[in-house]
Amino acid sequence: MLKALQNIGKYMHMLWIVFSRPEKWAVFRERLFHEIHFIGINSIPIVALMSVFMGGVIALQTASNMTSPWLPEYTIGYITRSSTILEFSPTMISLILAGKVGSNVASEIGTMKTTEQIDALEVMGVNSLTFLVLPKILGAVFFFPVLIIFSMGLSLIGGWLSLVLSELASTETYVVGIRSFFVPSNIVYALSKTVVFAFLIVSISSYYGYYTKGGALDVGKSATKAVVTASIAILIANFLLTQMFLL
Amino acid sequence: MIEVKNLDKSFGDKQILHGINTVFEKGKVNMVIGQSGQGKSVLTKCIVGLHEPDEGGEILYGGNNFTKMNRKERMLIRQEIGMLFQGSALFDSMTVEQNIMFPLTMFTKMSKKEKLDRVNFCLDRVNLEGRNGLYPAECSGGMQKRIAIARAIAMNPKYLFCDEPNSGLDPKTAIVIDNLIREITYEFDITTVVITHDMNSVIEIGDNIMFIHQGRNWWSGNRKTILTTDNQEIIDFVYASDFMKEIRSSMQEKRK
Repeated sequence: MLKALQNIGKYMHMLWIVFSRPEKWAVFRERLFHEIHFIGINSIPIVALMSVFMGGVIALQTASNMTSPWLPEYTIGYITRSSTILEFSPTMISLILAGKVGSNVASEIGTMKTTEQIDALEVMGVNSLTFLVLPKILGAVFFFPVLIIFSMGLSLIGGWLSLVLSELASTETYVVGIRSFFVPSNIVYALSKTVVFAFLIVSISSYYGYYTKGGALDVGKSATKAVVTASIAILIANFLLTQMFLL
Repeated sequence: MIEVKNLDKSFGDKQILHGINTVFEKGKVNMVIGQSGQGKSVLTKCIVGLHEPDEGGEILYGGNNFTKMNRKERMLIRQEIGMLFQGSALFDSMTVEQNIMFPLTMFTKMSKKEKLDRVNFCLDRVNLEGRNGLYPAECSGGMQKRIAIARAIAMNPKYLFCDEPNSGLDPKTAIVIDNLIREITYEFDITTVVITHDMNSVIEIGDNIMFIHQGRNWWSGNRKTILTTDNQEIIDFVYASDFMKEIRSSMQEKRK
């Protein structure tokens, strides 16, 4: 318990330093674009793949479990859209990204730490936390919502494809379903959650990477801890945000 | 000049450094020697601010008290420091050119051409002209050390720290690195601090020598006095091998 509190304190202190003014804005901008590419654009293939299959399975599960004749067929589209927008895209995809991006960030920073590259930055007079972590956090916070919107669209396409290919529903009823009872604020809710998840994934992974001690084995351990902790943080944050926004 | 006053450093209950007092002179190669685990690297990291000394210790750069400075003030001093790390610590995602250009990009308003000229000058100085496009992983250990020296001198530092510059290098390359450190020190009139346990380096380039033993400044002298001192710990360190013991015996016989 005491160690957990110590970690939280150390994490907060790290964040305090991370959000300092960068030494040079031109370098910061360059690094921000690099991180958007590295963290965001490089994640598009996995997000696309996951989303199409996720949407397909949600639609199939809904269609195959709709046994009551009282339920209209467009319910399939409605449920697919609602569950995708509210939970599956923001939360599931963020959990996948916690694995991909989290391990990547923790191992990159951890390796820099164990090979004294971070010490080299500090000795030169560069604030290593602001230089390394701030562009990653901002890159993720800006680009993860784009990924999630992309994921929502692809999930709905995946759902449509699975229904049409399995002949469980027609295109028309599916489209009617996904347009029914649409609440625009649900998108805002989903994207707000995504911003929080993006922040948690990158900051927690950076924390574990930055405070790595030892060698290659410890970098691996840090990456694992980063993914596990970020995933748990996402689940807890998801619960709290759902309570806050929807109830 | 760097002054170190009453420097203690502990990690938890374990005290590594005990009341270190020393002066590293400008324009000289100041060697810090001692066996592994005696606190040499901890001392260097305290001096450059990577470790905080225990209360009471002071480090002065040109008379300015580094220990009492805030983070921003330290950053300014650090821009006058060049450091060669034991493992070179080159940024492996950057090319040789980008590595050397990095401090110039971060802290100067030089144009792209001026920066490139400076990079080429530094590369030329370490005999690596034309290697701009290589990545650190494509370079040998000796080349990496030389690139790290080039990066360390890119900003015209007032202070140069070298943490075991010869570790992992063959004797011939080690001599090249030693000579380079000495030449750069004299050429640019900088305060150089070299941490090593390589006696060849000590005899080759050491102007001032400080011997650390059990975390204390055990002995100070130069490359002549280190060979004739009666200090037993120094004798055990310098003449550790049978071969060196034989040399010492023959030297003593000649003196008689």
